[in-house]
Amino acid sequence: MEQALAFLTRVYRHATAWVEERIDLSGARELIRHKVVPVHRHTLWYYFGGMTLFLFIIQVCTGILLVLYYRPSAEGAFESVQFIMTEVQFGWLIRSIHSWSANLMIATLMIHLFSVYFTRAYRKPRELTWISGMFLFGIALTFGFSGYLLPWNTLAYFATKVGTDVAGQVPLVGHFMTRLLRGGEDVTGATLSRFYGIHVAVLPLLTTGILGLHLFLVQKQGMSVPPEIEHSGRPPRIMPFVPNFLLRDLVGWLSALAVLGALAAYFPWELGVKADPFAPAPAGIRPEWYFMYMFQTLKYLPAKIGPIDGEMIGVLGFGLGGLFLFLVPFLDRKTARGEKSPLFFWIGVGVVTYIVVLSVLGYAASGGK
Amino acid sequence: MRQAWLVPLVLIPAWALFMPGDASAQKLPEGNACIECHQALGDPRVTPPAEEFARDIHLAKGILCQDCHGGDPTKFDAGAAMSRAKGFIGKPTHQAIPQLCGKCHSNPVYMKRFNPTIRVDQVEEYYTSVHGKRLREGDQKVATCISCHSVHNIRAIKDQQAWTYPVRVVDTCGRCHGDPKYMQGYKIPTDVVEKYKQSVHYEALTKKGDLSAPTCNVCHGNHGATPPGLDSVAHVCGTCHSVPEEFFSKGPHQKAFAAMGLPPCVTCHSNHDVMKTSDAMVGTTDSAVCLNCHTPKTAGYQKAAAIRASLDELRGNVQRTTEILDQAENAGMEVSQAKFELRGAMDILLKAQAAVHLVDPVAVKKLTDDGVQIANKMFAKGTQAMEDLRFRHRGLWISVAIILVTIVGLVLKIKEIDRRQGEG
Repeated sequence: MEQALAFLTRVYRHATAWVEERIDLSGARELIRHKVVPVHRHTLWYYFGGMTLFLFIIQVCTGILLVLYYRPSAEGAFESVQFIMTEVQFGWLIRSIHSWSANLMIATLMIHLFSVYFTRAYRKPRELTWISGMFLFGIALTFGFSGYLLPWNTLAYFATKVGTDVAGQVPLVGHFMTRLLRGGEDVTGATLSRFYGIHVAVLPLLTTGILGLHLFLVQKQGMSVPPEIEHSGRPPRIMPFVPNFLLRDLVGWLSALAVLGALAAYFPWELGVKADPFAPAPAGIRPEWYFMYMFQTLKYLPAKIGPIDGEMIGVLGFGLGGLFLFLVPFLDRKTARGEKSPLFFWIGVGVVTYIVVLSVLGYAASGGK
Repeated sequence: MRQAWLVPLVLIPAWALFMPGDASAQKLPEGNACIECHQALGDPRVTPPAEEFARDIHLAKGILCQDCHGGDPTKFDAGAAMSRAKGFIGKPTHQAIPQLCGKCHSNPVYMKRFNPTIRVDQVEEYYTSVHGKRLREGDQKVATCISCHSVHNIRAIKDQQAWTYPVRVVDTCGRCHGDPKYMQGYKIPTDVVEKYKQSVHYEALTKKGDLSAPTCNVCHGNHGATPPGLDSVAHVCGTCHSVPEEFFSKGPHQKAFAAMGLPPCVTCHSNHDVMKTSDAMVGTTDSAVCLNCHTPKTAGYQKAAAIRASLDELRGNVQRTTEILDQAENAGMEVSQAKFELRGAMDILLKAQAAVHLVDPVAVKKLTDDGVQIANKMFAKGTQAMEDLRFRHRGLWISVAIILVTIVGLVLKIKEIDRRQGEG
């Protein structure tokens, strides 16, 4: 055993020496040596960014495997996913992990987003990190929306129809946007190939760029410390990123992997029934859980509010809400000045409560499914 | 709260405004002496027709009182309005009604003004019916046009309120045929309405909303209503059930039934109270209708037993395959293709049930064997799915165990590093 270990150490040293002779890795080594993470009572929230990144990597890996068998056409999409689930060795595992991981990723991303919001990590000098993060959040939701249609089953088909109809409510450009998304007047095979292109080419490209910027900024600026701890007069303890924080990250990632495996084995992602554009819309159409609060809000709105369509008001409301979140670093002047900012705290509480309550109501209305 | 009295003042007109009215009621013509006088009289014998006419299809088409009853609706003087010189006929006799309706409805040139494809042979057909024949013989109780279509409240047959709308037909016929007192002397059963209401046909019509399901007129005819004879029953049922009829006509029962004077179809399935069929009707168990004629040890008895055995074998295989596929599906396995293919076996079971009418155990067995083959193939897929599920669960626990061991190792390593750095 000792001999084997010594052999491996020797191989590692030779390999690094070989690389070092050709590329100067001293910068990277310095970064690793000096990168530290503050330790305080909110340190737990730091792990959710890394967890989201880990789940995204799983998405990329499983997505690439799915692309090998998936056929993006109205005639072949459902059958190809069916083939992946039944005939391809471990295809069921790959597809289920891809679907479950997507949902877990959005969940950890939301936790990451709101933990950054409540710990005021968006304040100067991290405005760009926040904005790039908000872009990534929007991209993740678009990943979810476009991926939902790809199996071409009844539920996804009609949910996409409803979702793209909602886009039509955007003032002035609504109809154009619906046509652009659908590739025509209705959800057809053209929509599917369009969503597929967006899902596997456009979004990954955007993600690579923006995620690169986001990670670069995080490395450059280090982890933010919440204002109350920063202003307490006592600087927080620190721990080295490598190995202390990384090993803790690894524990979280492995736990997530075990949970994903259990979900895939016990609750394989169902395929449903192939979409039939000529069939009537089935009962219980609903979007993915992270769109549920918007869906439920639009259901509550009356057809007309004054002279304007209720749905249009709803879409405008969500648009303004998104814009508010996007611009929070510039709107929250008190935090920027280093003062307490209770208004933004309560706005955050209100947004989270709204999302949770409306989502619960949405699921209660659709029979808890 | 002093303004509480205002509440009813607001609510009552609001209720009156939004209360649903009879949407089919039309505005009665103004200045029509018949309608205005009959309404003004307030006599229960003559006023209701004028009121009911508001819902009549004839009014909608511009056909008014004088078009059937004659007279002059422009004269408000009773003598002048109901003058025989103006063709006034008053209330037509029961005997005269078919001819009176036929004046227009048998006139193709006139009827084409309303609908170019409308039929105009109803009166002619009516006189071929039992009703029409008896009317000519002077029977004053038999149904005429107005008995089924109403008198002054006649609606289009597509109108859900029409007496002739499919779901209402049984009650329309039942007004006479379900009334023992009224039917006294005709020597025909009056329990037919009650029996029909227990049938699978009535269930399909009223509960499943299948308007093509048969009601009285579909089997008996409407204007030419008559009981189907012995030799025409199979054709009546075969109008819808064409496959069993074809098998029956090729099988030995057709001749045998004819020789014994038994009507086809209804001998086994009954007529008005036709129940949902089941495999239990075939074979040698107590519920089998075969036993009504076939006694043990006869060839017919053995054939019945063999046919039932084939049906049971296929049904049993389909059942167990459905169960295992459902089990796999509920566990989240993807078996939709297998379930789809199993439908092939179910279709064969339906064909085999129809082929029972051929009374040929070999032909039935040949069909059911094909179905059994499909069911067994899909059962193997279900078994494989359940085996895959067990494999997944085993694999998961092994992976989880490896992950847990790694996590424990990592936690120990973290503690060791933290201790070392703490000491340092």
